[in-house]
Amino acid sequence: MSRAIEVESLGKLYRLGEVGTGTLSHDLKRWWAKARGQGDPYAKVGQLNDRTKAASKNEYVWALKDISFNINKGDVVGIIGRNGAGKSTLLKVLSRITAPSEGNVRIKGRIASLLEVGTGFHTEMTGRENVFMNGTILGMTRYEIASKFDDIVDFAGVSKYIDTPVKRYSSGMMVRLGFAVAAFLEPEILIVDEVLAVGDFEFQERALGKMKEVSKNGGRTVLFVSHNMQAISILCKKSFLLKSGSLAMEGETESVINSYLLENKVDHSKLTYEKENKSDESRIEKLYLKTTRPNNIQDNGQPMSIVFEIDNKVKIDGAAIAIEIVNAYDERILNLTLYHNNMNFCDITGKFKLECVIPKCRLYMGNYRLKVHFTANYGRTKIEMLNDVCYFEVTMLNLERSYPWTINEMKYIEDYKWILS
Amino acid sequence: MSSNKGFFNIPWRDVLRYKDLLYMFVKRDVIVIYKQTILGPIWFFVQPILTTIVYIVVFGGIAGISTDGIPKALFYSSGIIIWNYFSESLTLTSKTFLENANIFGKVYFPRIIVPIAKVTSGLLKFLVQFLFFLVVLAVYVLKGTEIHVSYHIVFVPFLLICIALLGMGLGIIFTSLTTKYRDLNFLIQFGVSLMMYATPVIYPLSSVPQKYKGLILMNPVTHLVEGFRFAFTGSGVWSWGGLGYTGLVTVIVLSLGILIFSKVENTFMDTV
Repeated sequence: MSRAIEVESLGKLYRLGEVGTGTLSHDLKRWWAKARGQGDPYAKVGQLNDRTKAASKNEYVWALKDISFNINKGDVVGIIGRNGAGKSTLLKVLSRITAPSEGNVRIKGRIASLLEVGTGFHTEMTGRENVFMNGTILGMTRYEIASKFDDIVDFAGVSKYIDTPVKRYSSGMMVRLGFAVAAFLEPEILIVDEVLAVGDFEFQERALGKMKEVSKNGGRTVLFVSHNMQAISILCKKSFLLKSGSLAMEGETESVINSYLLENKVDHSKLTYEKENKSDESRIEKLYLKTTRPNNIQDNGQPMSIVFEIDNKVKIDGAAIAIEIVNAYDERILNLTLYHNNMNFCDITGKFKLECVIPKCRLYMGNYRLKVHFTANYGRTKIEMLNDVCYFEVTMLNLERSYPWTINEMKYIEDYKWILS
Repeated sequence: MSSNKGFFNIPWRDVLRYKDLLYMFVKRDVIVIYKQTILGPIWFFVQPILTTIVYIVVFGGIAGISTDGIPKALFYSSGIIIWNYFSESLTLTSKTFLENANIFGKVYFPRIIVPIAKVTSGLLKFLVQFLFFLVVLAVYVLKGTEIHVSYHIVFVPFLLICIALLGMGLGIIFTSLTTKYRDLNFLIQFGVSLMMYATPVIYPLSSVPQKYKGLILMNPVTHLVEGFRFAFTGSGVWSWGGLGYTGLVTVIVLSLGILIFSKVENTFMDTV
């Protein structure tokens, strides 16, 4: 397979702080070092980028460091990472907006980057004039734009206003027009940065649909940056994970997303409950989830388990367990119960494991937590109550719909089918 | 693309590929000027007409500066339109990076297209003002004033190219230097208007005292203004030596400009 993009030990050095009078002396030192045939003196001292650490005396920072990868023709690649991991810098270097401080980038084919919609729009000019302006900025010829003009206007849905100056447009209309121009770009390599996050619901649906169309048929190479894991997992087969300016992982989108999620969650104490039983009573010693992804992240439609480890010091009569699943808005979504008459447990002393298996988790995407009641006497006597434990998140990365899922749209997703007769 | 880019590394082939963008930039510059105005393109005429009238009153009437024996209106208008083209080429291109930082930060295209577009739309504006000059010229010719239009007018296009390239060369040097250090911005604002006094726009070269002549002749724009005026009115100096010197300065300034510009365009987004 032929290569579309080859990146070789790419690095990008940035200077922190203000550009002012001090800059001149640095420039002179740098120039002097160069004149003597030495490398950039500040390149050596630059440290890896971690925005959370307080700025040290060191004013130089590697926004990207030692990045090497290849992208084959026709690949659709997602780039994920936390804020400040270097995603946008990478896109800027690849789309030739700024040159790398070290290393090489080789690009074969016509490249277009979409880091913003409607670049170069002039508010005084009409929609028509701006379509041509924006299109030529993105690298189209006037002939190309003219031949697609009607489709562009149609896609944007602003035909009534096309001869009105764009300063009279609503901001949404401007975004639509800008995206419409970009949607009809036909480069061999397309670089897209988080542009789907704008516009209204209907527009997002169109935009995502168009992206899908572009990436699936057409054999085009696409690089796509987004914080929307949903979009990434639908569009991209392969993904890169950036971490503090370096390439932390490269591979199947599925596993890259997992490792991103793993890195993302920090408070592990909230994910499982663990407490050694030092009393003479019966207690839950451990409570944890078995989820499809690491760090308590569960795919909708997949099996999930809630596992108890109970230290039963005394025999319990009529033991019962109730699990409440509560969402982020404190609404009780589910109640999962186990009574002694369903299954004999806590009849003898000792430690045992108890697993509640949900064959198909149907919870809608969002954040949830558990409340657990451990009781005796058929629910009448409280033994132990665990509040707000086992925080978990349900995602719907593999669930496709022609338009994006939005937060809190529903409570759960039922299995269903349609029958036409 | 690599971290080590050579000199003169302007992607000329890309420039050709983006020629439609050049066209759109020029079109934008032209149409945006008369949007929401009643007089529209007529404003192109107003500026040189008013300036000419003021100069006639102030420099010709009050200060009594010689106009080398040709009508004042002709003398000043010829100087004004050619000087305007130079000063606009310089000031507009000197803002290339700062004014377009937004676009440059989002899309790649050969940056050199922006200054080229500025001098091209400036040329269109010049041509419109040139019409005004021709009308003034025609009026005097019809009135029977003795005016010698010389065969040198065939070289006028070369004078214009020189003006445009010299202005752009200086402009792109300034814009490249001001991305990091804005200090020069202050210089350019009044520098250009001061430079006009070192150019025979409001006075003829022939009236310059010997003491200052060398200085005025060192200014490459001098020969262009004088040559332009000579070609159309017969007043002024057509000096092949001077024009050769101007041509040489233009080539040097432009080469230097392109060299600095092509270096700066790589990384200016990091420092702007």
